[in-house]
Amino acid sequence: MKLNKNLAVSETGFIFNPTSGDSFTANEIGTEIINLMKESKSIADIKTALLDKYDVEGNQLEKDVDDFMVLLRDNNLIQYER
Amino acid sequence: MEKLKYERPFIKKLNAGLMNKFGTRTEYTPHTHIDGVAVKELVAKYGSPVFVISEKQIRRNYQNAVRAFKTRYPKVQFAWSYKTNYINAVCNVFHQEGSWAEVVSGFEYQKAKGNGVPGNKIIFNGPDKTVADLELAINDGAMIHIDHFDELYELQELLTRLNKKARVAIRVNMDTGIYPMWDRFGFNYESGQAWNAITKIMASDNLELTGLHCHIGTFMLSTAAYGVAAAKLSDLAMNIKSRFGKIIQYLDLGGGFPSANTLKGSYLPGADIVPSIDEFAEVITSTLLNYGYKQDELPLLILETGRALIDDAGYLLGSVLATKRLSDGRRATIMDFGVNILFTAFWYDHKISPAQEFTHHTEDMVLYGPLCMNIDVVRESISLPLLNKGDQVVVHKVGAYNMTQWMQFIQMRPNVVMIDVNGNPHLIRNKETIDTLHDMEVLPDYLKKFEL
Ligand SMILES: Cc1ncc(COP(=O)(O)O)c(C=O)c1O
Repeated sequence: MKLNKNLAVSETGFIFNPTSGDSFTANEIGTEIINLMKESKSIADIKTALLDKYDVEGNQLEKDVDDFMVLLRDNNLIQYER
Repeated sequence: MEKLKYERPFIKKLNAGLMNKFGTRTEYTPHTHIDGVAVKELVAKYGSPVFVISEKQIRRNYQNAVRAFKTRYPKVQFAWSYKTNYINAVCNVFHQEGSWAEVVSGFEYQKAKGNGVPGNKIIFNGPDKTVADLELAINDGAMIHIDHFDELYELQELLTRLNKKARVAIRVNMDTGIYPMWDRFGFNYESGQAWNAITKIMASDNLELTGLHCHIGTFMLSTAAYGVAAAKLSDLAMNIKSRFGKIIQYLDLGGGFPSANTLKGSYLPGADIVPSIDEFAEVITSTLLNYGYKQDELPLLILETGRALIDDAGYLLGSVLATKRLSDGRRATIMDFGVNILFTAFWYDHKISPAQEFTHHTEDMVLYGPLCMNIDVVRESISLPLLNKGDQVVVHKVGAYNMTQWMQFIQMRPNVVMIDVNGNPHLIRNKETIDTLHDMEVLPDYLKKFEL
């Protein structure tokens, strides 16, 4: 799984993909995940970091982050390596 | 270190220039209180889902409707349409306000009587009145509205047998320019069927024709149709006067005024397109006042308004059971209420608000109910904040027909609570339990045992 590294991410959650010209809006935690992915952190590490930081159950976070990955893929922001 | 408040991660593509087709922003302003009582508190005390009725709003609606008609016409009477919501507490708020009762079945009649409505203030409508029902109504002096010739003959035979008289009206159906025409109830005006029934009643010794009734449809968006209806009933009343010298005491224009709900497929929110009660009142009363009745022979105007008086006084509170993503990428949210208790989800795009504060992020989703059935869809597409399991929502304007047409299927019927005018909640109908089911079932002895 690879994030498109060219993504421009603003502090307010505005995201621009220069390759496609698409822009997006993300909430705080969504923006945080994208930034961590840009730093090449693994999904497992990201989950651990978020679990430490936010008041959320492990199962819930697991489900939500996985779902977020689907959203990123649907929007052509990540590619799965085969 | 204290942990931060969590929100599900979310990203949405920005479509410049595209209008959001999933509804207006107001749908997701949080609705945390009903008449001053916290939604959270109501759910904690009475469970989820739960219906909540605002007594204050019922009284406000009723008084507004009475004002609209009484400021335009001297003799007006409302009769609460029991089928719309026949929980006794609800009916009695209407009766306290001065409303008579309008019923369409034996058990509704019993309910009205049990609530203390005198027989001569009960209007008995509908095609299904048993001989026992009719006998009761005759003895109570109720207003019996005849629906078809079979009923007319049956009533005559019964009265002869009992050696009694009854006050009756006929229900008239007619072309008011509305399609489809409700011609299955009552006697048709244009074909002369209504006049035929009137002649038969006038020729009978034990039937006294006191009124004329119609109910031209429900959720009517045309005020003009009521002008046509008032004129056609008046035409019959005038002909009865000139032909038989008999003065008709009342014209009952039925119900049918819309609530502010949004009909499915309508682009504009209901509140923006439905005519107000005042507009209906203006058309009806001006038709009657200009029809040429003598001042002292003006008929009493009866209205059986249901939906418009109760819909916006009812709320359904519910909770998110789960969220998931469908194969086509859409988000689906599964609620603990569905079409089992929200029958009107088939007709309306109900307004639904979250019951707690949210960030400004919203997503488009399908709202499903809890039934294992494909038809169980509460909203096909709605834009709401990021809902999580356990979050609560408020469904608006559900007071009409849901608490009578609900079904006990897969889930049982929930509690119903009324918030009084001082902001105190009262349980007015208990939720069903397994005992509710068992009380009604009879298991034959030979089926009591089995081995597996
Ligand atoms: C005879 C009669 N009167 C009154 C009503 C109440 O109608 P609404 O809720 O549309 O005002 C109905 C509803 O179907 C009805 O059948």
